[in-house]
Amino acid sequence: MAETQTATQKRPILPFLRIPDNSSEKPYLVGNKCKGCGAVYLGSRMGCSRCMSVEPMEEVKLSDRGELHVFSIVHQSAPGIPTPYVAAIVDLPEGVSVRCNIEGVEPDPKNLKFGMPVEMYTETVHVDKEGNEIVAFKFRPANGAH
Amino acid sequence: MRDVAIIGASMLKFGRYPEKDLPELGAQAILLALNDAGVSLKDVEIMVSGNLYQANATVGQRILKEIGQTGIPVINVSNACATGSTAFREAYMSVASGAYDMALAVGSEQMGKMGLLGGGGSGRSGPSPEGIVGSGLMPAVFGQAGVEHMRKYGTTQEQFAKVAVKNHKHSMANPYSQYQVETSLEDVMNARTVAWPNTLYMCCPTGDGAAAAILVPYDKAAKYTTKPIKVAASVLTSDPWSERDLILPDVNTLTRNAAKEAYEKAGLGAKDLNLVELHDCFATAELLHYENLGLCGEGEAGRMIDEGETMVGGRIPVAPSGGLLSKGHPLGATGVANIVEVVWHLRGEAGARQVEGAKVGLAHVIGLGSACTINILTR
Repeated sequence: MAETQTATQKRPILPFLRIPDNSSEKPYLVGNKCKGCGAVYLGSRMGCSRCMSVEPMEEVKLSDRGELHVFSIVHQSAPGIPTPYVAAIVDLPEGVSVRCNIEGVEPDPKNLKFGMPVEMYTETVHVDKEGNEIVAFKFRPANGAH
Repeated sequence: MRDVAIIGASMLKFGRYPEKDLPELGAQAILLALNDAGVSLKDVEIMVSGNLYQANATVGQRILKEIGQTGIPVINVSNACATGSTAFREAYMSVASGAYDMALAVGSEQMGKMGLLGGGGSGRSGPSPEGIVGSGLMPAVFGQAGVEHMRKYGTTQEQFAKVAVKNHKHSMANPYSQYQVETSLEDVMNARTVAWPNTLYMCCPTGDGAAAAILVPYDKAAKYTTKPIKVAASVLTSDPWSERDLILPDVNTLTRNAAKEAYEKAGLGAKDLNLVELHDCFATAELLHYENLGLCGEGEAGRMIDEGETMVGGRIPVAPSGGLLSKGHPLGATGVANIVEVVWHLRGEAGARQVEGAKVGLAHVIGLGSACTINILTR
């Protein structure tokens, strides 16, 4: 019986996370930048919802460092989702914001400072039926120099 | 455009009605509104029905199958949490335009104990990012919106908690409220956290409910009632592009746009309002909307709640009904019910919670995605 053997893959949990084939390169987030007004979007857009330009956008690699804009500490979620956790909005220097979890701190408001520097990392959060690893991005307080 | 008046208004007490079908809830509210106006379904020329969770299932027509089919146009509306108020506005437009002389707006919803709206629905395969890549659920989103206000103005969790204390206190005088439980500041602060800074009593419950209103041209209202309520403005906005809106929903800008347009259309300002029913889906939201609606200056919402200005008896009572925090939030019904509450106050029929001498009231609803309605009513 002929069976196609496909190698299992690392797959991003959301389409704007890129996982380079070359495992020595770090995964990164991509944005799409409007050539008309410079607005940056996570993921693709048919046109720019700010200036209405429909010129194809320019894909930009986003920084893995940003600043904490705001957060909530989620203590009650949908069934099966572990709590508590920090649900945050992080601003990236390219002018786009990203929704994410902040890890590496106890989920308590006193540990979170507005504007604090945070850095992105990735980890496997799920393995699907075919054995593919589902990879998610998370942020944690950034230590040390940039 | 013609001036429009509300001649009939009703709502069912919000709660849990597992023994009833959804169309029965809507039909019951309509029968009460028809009775209130002293008219029959035979007089109604168009119906607009708001419902979210059965939006693909002709709820308006099913309601009419319960109580009377005359073959009139029926429009089914869904617009997130602003579903009911959008249905009301469509009914308003159909009369204001001159196309119809009597319109019926109804909002109905049956949610049971469903909770934690939002997230999901992306149509993607694979595991949900919810809780792994932040949260799109409403408690977190409105928690973050409140935290943004803390960041800008130093607002405290205690100030947000005072909104819940106020609204639950108001609910004690409203027999239509699902919950009538007075909570002290200590109770609210010590309740378990759902999504910081909102604790359990700072989050609106779900529920079942229905509400209805009957609209006619203002110059024909005297035929039906001695207390016509004028719709001085009925405005609907969506969210314009704003920084972060696609990631952190911006509940402020579209409310500000709607308020500006509504005040202009009504020829009135925030200082003219005698009461406000606003979209207090979470306690954090209420304080943001004090500023969005111009009830106070920028950054003054915390002081406003501290000083009790929005209590019944205060400078500008907000949520005399107990708000969504006490009534619950059956999505399709909420927007119509907010309008009904304002109508009752303007007619002097709000019982123990009556805002004395109320002449101008504002009803505000926001649905994330986003849609905002503001209706200004006068007598």
